[in-house]
Amino acid sequence: MLKQELETLRERALAAVNGAPDTASLENARISLLGKKGELTAILKQMGTLSPEERPVMGALANEVRADIESALEKASAVMSERELAKRLEDEAIDVTLPGTPFRAGRRHPMQLVLDDVVKIFLGMGFSVAEGPEVETTYYCFDALNTGPDHPARDPQDTFYFDADTILRTQTSSVQIRVMEQSKPPIRIISPGKCYRKDEVDATHSAHFHQIEGLAVDKGLTMADLKGALQTMMTGLYGEGVKLRFRPHHFPYTEPSAEVDLQCFECKGAGCRMCKGEGWIEMLGSGMVHPAVLERCGIDSEVYSGFAFGVGIERLTLMRYKINDLRLLFENDARFLKQF
Amino acid sequence: MKCSYNWLMELVNLGGVTPKELARALTMSGSKVETVTELGAEIQNVAVGRALTVEKHPDADRLFVCSVDVGDGTPRQIITAATNVFPGAVIPVALDGAVLHGGQKIKTGKMRGLESQGMLCSLGELGLDEHDQPGADADGILILDETFPVGADAAEALMLRDVTIEFEITNNRPDCLSVVGLARETAATLGALGRGGDHPARLPATHEAVSRPQDGDIAQYLTVAVEDQALCPRYSARVAKDIQIGPSPMWMRRRLRACGVRPINNIVDITNYVMLETGQPMHAFDHARVRDKTLTVRPARPGETLETLDGKPRILEPSMPVIADGRGPTAVAGVMGGAGSEITEQTAVIVFESANFHGPAVRKTALSLAMRTDSSSRFEKGLDPSSTLPALERACYLVEELGAGTVVSGVIDICASFSPPVKVPFTQDKIERHLGVTIPNLNALLESLGFAVEGDSAVVPPWRRDVTIWQDVAEEAARLFGYDNIPVTLPPSRNQGWLTGPQRLRARLNELCVSLGFDEMLTYSFIGPADFEAAHLPAQNAKKIHNPLGEEQSMMRTSLLPSFLKALSVNLSARNPEARLYEVSKVYTDAGGQLPLETYRLVLGGYGGGFDYFALKGAAETLLGRFCRNEAVFAKTASYPVCHPGRCASVSLHGRDIGFIGELHPSLGFPAGAAAGELDVEALLEAARPDAVFSPIPRFPAISRDLALVCPKGAAAADVLGVIRKAGGAMLEDCALFDVYAAKNSLAYRLTFRAPDRTLTDEEADGAIARILKKLKESLDVSLRS
Repeated sequence: MLKQELETLRERALAAVNGAPDTASLENARISLLGKKGELTAILKQMGTLSPEERPVMGALANEVRADIESALEKASAVMSERELAKRLEDEAIDVTLPGTPFRAGRRHPMQLVLDDVVKIFLGMGFSVAEGPEVETTYYCFDALNTGPDHPARDPQDTFYFDADTILRTQTSSVQIRVMEQSKPPIRIISPGKCYRKDEVDATHSAHFHQIEGLAVDKGLTMADLKGALQTMMTGLYGEGVKLRFRPHHFPYTEPSAEVDLQCFECKGAGCRMCKGEGWIEMLGSGMVHPAVLERCGIDSEVYSGFAFGVGIERLTLMRYKINDLRLLFENDARFLKQF
Repeated sequence: MKCSYNWLMELVNLGGVTPKELARALTMSGSKVETVTELGAEIQNVAVGRALTVEKHPDADRLFVCSVDVGDGTPRQIITAATNVFPGAVIPVALDGAVLHGGQKIKTGKMRGLESQGMLCSLGELGLDEHDQPGADADGILILDETFPVGADAAEALMLRDVTIEFEITNNRPDCLSVVGLARETAATLGALGRGGDHPARLPATHEAVSRPQDGDIAQYLTVAVEDQALCPRYSARVAKDIQIGPSPMWMRRRLRACGVRPINNIVDITNYVMLETGQPMHAFDHARVRDKTLTVRPARPGETLETLDGKPRILEPSMPVIADGRGPTAVAGVMGGAGSEITEQTAVIVFESANFHGPAVRKTALSLAMRTDSSSRFEKGLDPSSTLPALERACYLVEELGAGTVVSGVIDICASFSPPVKVPFTQDKIERHLGVTIPNLNALLESLGFAVEGDSAVVPPWRRDVTIWQDVAEEAARLFGYDNIPVTLPPSRNQGWLTGPQRLRARLNELCVSLGFDEMLTYSFIGPADFEAAHLPAQNAKKIHNPLGEEQSMMRTSLLPSFLKALSVNLSARNPEARLYEVSKVYTDAGGQLPLETYRLVLGGYGGGFDYFALKGAAETLLGRFCRNEAVFAKTASYPVCHPGRCASVSLHGRDIGFIGELHPSLGFPAGAAAGELDVEALLEAARPDAVFSPIPRFPAISRDLALVCPKGAAAADVLGVIRKAGGAMLEDCALFDVYAAKNSLAYRLTFRAPDRTLTDEEADGAIARILKKLKESLDVSLRS
């Protein structure tokens, strides 16, 4: 009799559990079947009326029914929550092609990006960064650099003067002198910074420009070393395969002197509009430090030699980013600054 | 320096090297070629012809029908509108298929029913003007003289074909401002390359002096005095008489033109030709107009004036060397002659001047008179005094060669002491160690440039005054050896390169600004008085440039703010909806010494996209917090008139004022919320703590309490916070403002309490809150909102 009830309960319970439409009806089924006031409990309450022989048999059957119901509940619940999660995820779907929330990241100025690269390249070659004043004495900017009182570079039409002895430096080479006066070889410095020449502003000129000057003084430095240092710089900036051309030139503070041209990226030397048909683009001036410059700084030019170079950061930058007008560098239009 | 390729070819064996190859080779040996321009190359198929008949066109009033012999036995019928062609005239004829100057193509065609088998050419159609072909009618057909052979190629016969090579000659090489000098370089360069370039076969400057006593003596014509030999180390002069002024020969005119000089007349052309050839400037005076027959080289006297050859009156200054005759200046020495003694059609006797003037004096004179000439630009670089006589003799030779006159015997040559040849000691080893390469043919290279090697010395040729030390000799060898043949080695590494502390910190400051969303700008260091005014900044500590490009760039900035405002305006006028800009750069403050103080500042700010005072302050707080790990104090201030008086704060660190932040004053016209701040970077660097000190992560829980406070009007949040902090003591880990209810003067804070070594009890937190509220009431009359 009891056995019959248990079997019927199992059958009904499994049907109810498997047919439950949602989590709530499943929970209701659990309570009505297995709860304290549930049907199974009600049946088990009748166990007391059984004979001692029947009791263990019925007890075992009751446990078996309970286990079956519980396992069915568990299975149904798992299926159901999976289904409900799937529905929720579907409801939560978004248009992933909508634009992201704007996030503001600032930019370094292109000139600074180039300068930072040059600094890193030279730090790697054992150079340090030296700085000096931009408002400079004529001694450091001219006399000490073997540029005598009659040299045209000193003309007021080329150089900004505050008074007869005070100018805006026309090159960062003045820093070389200050460094050589204060330290003994070996010296390896680059000095980046602002320089000023009285040029009217146009697409390729600015009265206010930036230079990196390099100086190495040591025993046994050669012109071949100068070529190596500059090749390393240009390769670092523009990549493998960069071709340099060293051309004799004249500067009062170096001997021998060389101008350095970079083979045009566009035409590989054949000549095109970018290089004005020359195949090469003039990049910088360089040379072996003139002995008079060394001696003036108290360095024995028969023992030590050195090389020096000066390169315009504007030119390096225009080349690197293919910018066609130098004035853009100083206008600070956000539409320009945002591009780098 | 423009140089004729034909002229160069006359002086040196070019061994079949094309102008372009030559240009490349000379560029690499130090004479940089700027341009190579072919002259007359486009003119094709133009013949010298002779008009046989000239008749009126039957159907056109203004046209003529010519029958022209072009030397091939088949006369051409050519129609022309020109009126100056006559039977027998020798004329240039563009044949069928000809190309003229400017690329104009000529084909057989019909004109008013009659065939025209070509075209008769004018000067312009051949690329010439009246100066190239004196006496020719500029508007009609070019009538040639009988010496032109009928049937010849007209471009050849008129010597139109040449190549102009334009060089950029460096200041140390005035010797290369001459065809002879460039020929020398060419010979050495091609020789070093093994491509011919024999030594100049003939240096035409070294002609025998013309001297015939029967033609009189210069002493009868002229006396010369040099007052100041420092201004004029050498003055040489000769006289020529029976002068017939006329055009110079065609070959000379063409060469002058190829070198960029306009032909004028035979005497003037000779002076220019000799200058181009030898590099020694020459001048010719009309002897009849040299007053008192005397020339004196002296500084100008106060108040003296002179009308120069270009017809302009010049006011002379005592620093300027002049050539004076018996009455006053008649030439500006080394720069330009005077109109008073100019060569004219009537000139019968001339004085040739070939002098050496002090370079710097000539340069300064030319500069202050604003007339840099071919002559002055040579003198200013320092010429070889020994070249005056050969040039003078060359000019005299040409006078007679051209049949322009008769040279008078005798030379006036006033000369300071002659310096012996310069000997520069050098060793091959030194040079090779300097260059980093061995040069086996070192001596031969030097000798090819005119140096003599005597033992351990190089004897410098007189035209090479720039060579004085062995490093100069090294350069001579290196440039012929080829810079490209010097190996590429890395300088041996001896030490690690470092950035200094301040350099690293400035780099970090830049990183922080960028990470906060600001774009780096780059601005000029000099600004104008109007910029100071616009930023309401005093300008008294600004260094003033004596010779600025303009007033707007005449002062060194003492603040970055004016530059920032300008950049902001640029963005505003570009209609950029927003901008966030910063710059770490120098300002220059006159502190009384020769050089101003140069210190770094940081300027940052922007407009648009929700930017306002608090956005800027947030950025500044983050920046200062990260950079200095110290809370800067922001205090209300009205001392920056560029800012909104109610929206500006001074910033201080450790009690030191380091700058300000604020909204820009509405009167400046920027969009609402536009804000800017400027901070003293030197102070930031001093306060910087780049290396963080780790503090342990808390192991015990915190207790939070929210306080809504009512403040009296005008109370500053910073003061409230200060009291809370102080009263909260060590337990108070954080106090964050989370709401401002301005209408009720209410501030709401979330306070976080924590102890590092235990879990706090609610009682402890409540006790702290009570203390805080008590202090707030006592010191600021702030109470809990009810």
